[in-house]
Parts: sequence; structure tokens; C-alpha cells
Amino acid sequence: MNGPTTAPLLALRDLHVTYATDAGLLRAVRGVDLAVESGQIVGVAGESGCGKSTLASTILRLQAANATVTGEVLFEGRDVLTMRWGDLRAVRWAGASIVFQGALHSLNPVHRIGEQVAEPIRLHTPGLGDASVRRRIAELLEQVGLDPERARAYPHQLSGGQKQRVMIAMALACDPQLVVADEPTTALDVMVQAQVLDVLSALVRERGVGMLMISHDLSVLADLCDRITVMYAGRVVEEGPAAQVFADPLHPYSGALSAAFPRVGDPAARFAPAGLPGDPPDPRQLPGGCSFAPRCPRAAEVCLPAEPELASYAEGRMAACVRIGDPTDSPVELVAETTARDGDPS
Amino acid sequence: MTAELSAHGLRVEFATRTGRVARALDGADLIVRAGEVVALVGESGSGKTTLARALVGLLRPAAGEVRWDGRPMNRSARGLKALRRQVQLVLQDPLGALNPRHTVYESVAEGLRIHKTVAHSGRSETELVAQALASAGLRPPEALFLRYPHELSGGQRQRVLIAGALALQPQLLIADEPVSSLDASIRGEILALLLKLREELGLGVLVVTHDLGMAWNIADRIAVMYLGRVVEAGPTEDVLTSPRHPYTKALLSVVPEIEGLEPVVLRGEIPDPTRIPAGCRFHPRCPALASGEADAVADDCRGTRLAILSGEPEGHRCACHLVASREEAPHDPASRAAT
Repeated sequence: MNGPTTAPLLALRDLHVTYATDAGLLRAVRGVDLAVESGQIVGVAGESGCGKSTLASTILRLQAANATVTGEVLFEGRDVLTMRWGDLRAVRWAGASIVFQGALHSLNPVHRIGEQVAEPIRLHTPGLGDASVRRRIAELLEQVGLDPERARAYPHQLSGGQKQRVMIAMALACDPQLVVADEPTTALDVMVQAQVLDVLSALVRERGVGMLMISHDLSVLADLCDRITVMYAGRVVEEGPAAQVFADPLHPYSGALSAAFPRVGDPAARFAPAGLPGDPPDPRQLPGGCSFAPRCPRAAEVCLPAEPELASYAEGRMAACVRIGDPTDSPVELVAETTARDGDPS
Repeated sequence: MTAELSAHGLRVEFATRTGRVARALDGADLIVRAGEVVALVGESGSGKTTLARALVGLLRPAAGEVRWDGRPMNRSARGLKALRRQVQLVLQDPLGALNPRHTVYESVAEGLRIHKTVAHSGRSETELVAQALASAGLRPPEALFLRYPHELSGGQRQRVLIAGALALQPQLLIADEPVSSLDASIRGEILALLLKLREELGLGVLVVTHDLGMAWNIADRIAVMYLGRVVEAGPTEDVLTSPRHPYTKALLSVVPEIEGLEPVVLRGEIPDPTRIPAGCRFHPRCPALASGEADAVADDCRGTRLAILSGEPEGHRCACHLVASREEAPHDPASRAAT
């Protein structure tokens, strides 16, 4: 564990990621600041294409070859983006590790899972004997709630939830201080999701690791995280304590995400699924002004001239919306019965 | 009369490589009528997709029967074709379900051609395709005719699939996880579309899902499946706000949005359907049995089979020895009717 230092475990400072594509420059991440402390779970929420997975890839400098990254990714105060190759290798796995999205495809189908978990261990502790490696594998599998015997299984012999546990066991193999989990429970059903989330939160509670968890499901993040950052079109639109961002969102986009996962038992949600019309903007052709304005139920003239900056609204709560607290504004009304995505089918 | 699709004591078996028989459905009863939205929920492996497929005749049951409008399903090629015009299956994963080399127009028109619907309707194929796309909320429809699936967003693809089903003017839609692969902001719109179709066309919808929040959003009734059987069924409000079966309670307790419920995370996964436990099929994972709460009926839980829950739409029913003992005799007669 990290002692009380001034530098957080992970800090992103003014991070920009731009992809060079045939169709022009694609600005996937546009000036994101974010911090994760040891023992803390920070959630990043947003739709497909909001830049959240791109952001995760930069943490271990795993971004695609056509990406240009500027800003800083500070791991324990040292910039991962400019680090020497040898130092970066030490940070990967042992400092920070990633649980990738889609465990179902990330495991090698022709290797036993024990061998796959062993790979990073052998790479990072070359002198370790076979018996010790085997012991470590058993320990890791047990830690994620799998029978150590399963080390001999091939991926196809495991269920989706079990594969996801193997991915987590791998991520823990070298005792990292930071775990980045990219949609760790997407495609798992609700009971298995609960089991996997239990494993993750136990990890943070018992071993004091820091965790960055990426998901489109705000309700899962609200349950698990200490803080949530909501991203839209490559920028942070809201940041704050998890429960407050979910229950009482400041930004209209956070509000829409929150309403998309109805509370069972809430009479207002019966026969009234909430959605958000329209698509996120094409990151190659961002609109001027607030990039959410074209879909925003509260958009007004004032949103058009410039992209709003993150501003503080309450203790520990930030949002980037000029309409918050606007006296002429009506309270956020989330569209209950939405019009259809491409026009109203009446 | 109202169109009604029903399963009665349906059993579907698959041979496994080891020679044992996996019983994916083991006595499932369910009724879906035009004009209502029914949610079929459960974990992966509970048999919900198998039941949906058996209902449109894609699987042949080993026992029990499927009825359409009160008559046993006609399994001749012609009979199945007629059934599948009226009962349309909307598959999960819109990208996988659409032919990447077919335009939107082709995808929607395919069903019309197979069923030779154009000749009977007195309208042109183009009109029918346009109408179906418009009903699925894709407007203006002509703008999408020549687009390919890869050019569409996830929500649009799902709408194209729904349009393909609507083109045949079915009475029932069976939608398997219609929103699970979609982004949060699009989910609501697809669900709103299903409700709108029910409203405007009187369509019945069976949604197969593991998402209880979605069931709360749109379903009139809900049936909870476990290991090939419905274990609790009733009006959505009753089942989700006062669940009776320990399995339903556990499922609800782990839905992230629900506050105030102590999460009951069940260990492990649904057992292998080649070895359905004796007695109550849920007993090896049952938190009530494990905690001693069900001590009084523990012998029944471990050794006495439960009756198949009737699929009748009325009432809130549950297949559980503990619940039955608490309700005291005489039991809800409907839950005892079928054996």
C-alpha cells in the first residue's frame, strides 16, 4: 500500500487522445482530469464512443499506433507517457493491470487457464520455481472464488462469469496497486455480475488497491464506486461522489444515464422507459458550443457559443453545464415517453 | 378471439457428448396473449431462450405441448410457416442477426417474400417495407432502404430487426434480450417502441431478459425461470415488489438500483441441467434452506418434487415448499392444478 504521499496513485492531467483516421482527426479524449487514490474505486461512465476505453488504454500506454496522446498520466507521480521502456514494463502488471472488456474473447482458447495466469508471474519474477508458481495460481483462483482445480481447464470449459474471474485473477497476478476494469461485468447476468463485483470490492477493501472502473451502467458504478466521472464526447461533464451523481445528477446527460436504469419499485418508471433521443456527435465533426446541446432537453441559446468548462457546484461536485442553477430554467425533466430515435413513429 | 400462445408442461432435452441428457426445459407452462407484455426472466442457463425457441417451433419438445389459439401446434412445414408469420422472433445481437450483405430494404422484404404477403395485401412491396420501417420508428423509411447494417447505429439495427418482424403484421413478438447489447440512452427508446406497438397494434410481446429493471419498465406480467421451470409468476408489481420465492428475492436483491435490500449473492451458478436436483430444484442454492429459515420443510425441499406452476395469467404463484407451508392449506388451487 501507498503511504500518505502527496501524489495520488493515478492522476490524469489534461489528457488528450487524437486518432489519425482516413476520414480525418478523431478527437476521442479532449482534456480529461481524473485521480484515483489507493483503496478507492473511481467509476467512469458514458456511452459507446465517449472515449472511456481510449482513456483506459493510455494508462498503461497501450493506445493504438495511430493515436497521439498529450497531457500527463501520472502513476505514483511518474509520467507513464514519457517513461523509459524498462520502467513502463515494471509498471505494467506489477504497478497497474487491466481487466479488459469481453473476457470471453481475451483468453487464449488453446491454453489451460493456469498457464495463462502464470504468464505474467513468470515474466515478472523470473527466478520463481514451478511449485511456487502453481501455489500462486491456486491462491489467485481461490481469491476470485474459483476452485484451484480449475487451473487445468480450458477457457471453453468455463462459463462467462468464471472466465471473467480468471481475467481478474490474471490482473492480480503481480500484486498491482492499481486495477483498471473496463466493463468487467457487461455480458454477465445479474447474479454473476453481483459475484464479480463482490470479488472486486473485496479486493479494494482488503488489499487497499486503487481501482478505475469503466462502465456504461451508472447503477453498477453507483453501487460500487466512491466517485464517478461521467464522460460525453471525450470530455468530463460531471464528477462527484458516486451516490450523489446517480441519485441527484447535476448534468442533464448524467440525468439521462441515471434514468436509463429504472429503480424497480419506482411507480414513475412503470411503462415509462426513459431514453435519450439522438446519437452522440461524430468525434470527427464536433458541433460548436456544448457538444451535448443537440440532444439536451435543457439546451438554450446560452449553450451554443462555447463548450462549457467544469465548474464546482457544491462540496466535491463538478459539472460542465451553463444551465445549472439558471433561474429561468425549469427543473430537469427527463423525457419519459421518448420520441423515437429517428423521428416520431406516430 | 384474442391470439394466445401457450406452453403446457413443456420439456426439451438435448443429448450431451457424455451421453447424459440435459433437460433444458423441464415442465414449463406459460401463456402469452395479444396485447400484453410478458417478461421471462432468469439467469443464463435457466432455459428462458430455450422456451422462447420452443414456442415458435424451433425446438421439438420431448413432452408437453405448445398451443396457438387453443390448438396444438401444427408441426408440418406449412403449419410452422403459418405460425411464424403470426408469432415473430426478434433475436438478440442485432449485428449478428442481420445479413451484412443485405440492405435494410432486403432484410425487411425477405419475410414478405417468403410468406408471399404482397400478393394478398393489394399493396406494393415498397409500401409494406416503408410502413414496417416507419412503425419501428425509422423515419423517413426511404432514406434507409439502401443502407447496410454496418452503416447503422446499434439502435437503428435493432429497429430494423423489429421492422422485419412487423412487416408480416404478427400478433405476437418474442424478443430475446432486445436491449442488452444497446447503450443506456438507446435502451429506453427501444422499450418505448415495444410499448407503443402494443398500444397501437395490439401486439403481444414476450421479452426474454435477465434485466429485472427492464421488466419493471415494460412488463404486465413476469415469469421467473430456474433450471427449466417457471418458479414464480404473476403481475409485475406483485412479483417485483413482494417476491415470494427465495430465488426471486435473491435476484432482486442484487439489482444494483434497489436500495434497502441486503444483497443475497447466491454462490455458484445454475446447476448442470443433466443433473436436476431432487426435491425443489433450487434447494442446493436456496438461502432460506441454508439459513435454517426453511427447517420445518427441509425434508420436502430436499425430497419432494413441486407441481408445475400453471401458466394462467391470473394470480401470483410460486413453487416453493416454504411459501406453501406459510400460506397453509388450502393452497392456491391454481398452483396445485397441474402436476
